[in-house]
Amino acid sequence: MMERKLSEAHEAQEQNVELSESVQKKRKIVVPGEIIASGEDYLPSEGARRIGNEIVASRFGLAEEAGRVIKVIAITGAFIPRRNNVVIGRVTNVTFNGWVLDIDYASSAFLPIEECPHFINKSEMTQFLDIGDTIVAKIWAINKRGIDLSIKSRGLGKLEHGFIFRIGPNTVPRVIGREGSMVGMIKEKTQCNITIGQNGWVWIKGNTSEEEIKARKIIEFISENVSVDGLTEKVEEMLS
Amino acid sequence: MTFKRKDGRKVDELREIKAKVGIIPNADGSAMFAFGDTIAIAAVYGPRLLHPQHMQNPETAILRVNYDLMSFSVDDRKRPGPSRRSQEISKMIEHALMPVLDLKEFPNTVIDVQVYITQADAGTRTAGINAASMALAHAGIPMRSLICSVAIGKQDEELVVDLTKAEEDFEGGEGPSDIPVAKIADTDQFTLLQLDGKIPPQRIKEALVLANKACNEVYEEQKKALKEVAGQ
Repeated sequence: MMERKLSEAHEAQEQNVELSESVQKKRKIVVPGEIIASGEDYLPSEGARRIGNEIVASRFGLAEEAGRVIKVIAITGAFIPRRNNVVIGRVTNVTFNGWVLDIDYASSAFLPIEECPHFINKSEMTQFLDIGDTIVAKIWAINKRGIDLSIKSRGLGKLEHGFIFRIGPNTVPRVIGREGSMVGMIKEKTQCNITIGQNGWVWIKGNTSEEEIKARKIIEFISENVSVDGLTEKVEEMLS
Repeated sequence: MTFKRKDGRKVDELREIKAKVGIIPNADGSAMFAFGDTIAIAAVYGPRLLHPQHMQNPETAILRVNYDLMSFSVDDRKRPGPSRRSQEISKMIEHALMPVLDLKEFPNTVIDVQVYITQADAGTRTAGINAASMALAHAGIPMRSLICSVAIGKQDEELVVDLTKAEEDFEGGEGPSDIPVAKIADTDQFTLLQLDGKIPPQRIKEALVLANKACNEVYEEQKKALKEVAGQ
């Protein structure tokens, strides 16, 4: 039951549209300060600014023109949490009203007891989650005080058995693929349960360790070769 | 008669530049930058949690630079650990980089930049600034532009670009002067201007024109290295 729920966590991740396979969009690598386009027609989005008549990159990444809107997608760097991201975190502390988790970001995240799917007695909190336990959670708010998590949705909750490793957080959309196509293919072929957090933590649990290792190797391969052409075909080949 | 430099370079000729991004897998951003025999490496970590807590700024992230020479980088072994010189240069690099960074997105955090010189032949701070600026961009930190840096020197009365150690120890005539300069790429804004030695005030302008041209060459190399790491 638990396993089925976990594999559905990807539904929440599908909003992350796959990077390099969509059509009719112009893309190029830009350096901070580089002019991406000029003219009044364009609108700067995330990672870009307007200076006079020009749209200028304000960070290093992949500039993408989607109609009139220009944005710069991060391709390197640390994980920056966004609302509704599904992340994998590890419990570092248990407080009177919730759990403190490490999600690989500058500030820790907080999971309040109210955000659990069922009632938990405050005196028995460690029986549900203890220090060192790992969970899949969704970021439901980011405010001045910190990051608040929830495990109320489907597919979220404690991770049991299996193992965890890390990939670059910026390669996650590519590993997941468009609407989960890439990871779906790996899951199907290796018979493993896989959950990928937006923070780059990957959880794998399969029937045999051979299958688990195979799945891990393929995910690491994708993560290291994000910008390679025909990656899907190569992965298919590795799987068969 | 044109001025003869010790290594046969033209007065406005830089040493061979080598630049590479993504050299340290464990860092969030990293880069190497070399002017001839001077090699600097830089690693960026963060934004990450800042301790001690009283240093945290609830409005922005802070930048913390640590510059040092590796003990094997110079002819006489350099005693490892922070020194007066390395602390001063760390602060100076911090001031040179800060004007282009936009750290308001990450309150209460720190961005750590480690700059190490693995081989020194004068111009270590300028190579360090170039490497650090590339590493910050690689780490995805929001910035207005890149920072380019180069040293201008004066040999007797001749202004030259990018001094080597041998030229820094020049003797005769008016003696040597060393002017490390850093500027924001594609602008006329300078973020660092130091002077070691002497120069007539009216010649500073001349030195900056020389610096401008050299910095553009540095900028091209930085751009090239950054685009290379992304496979383009």
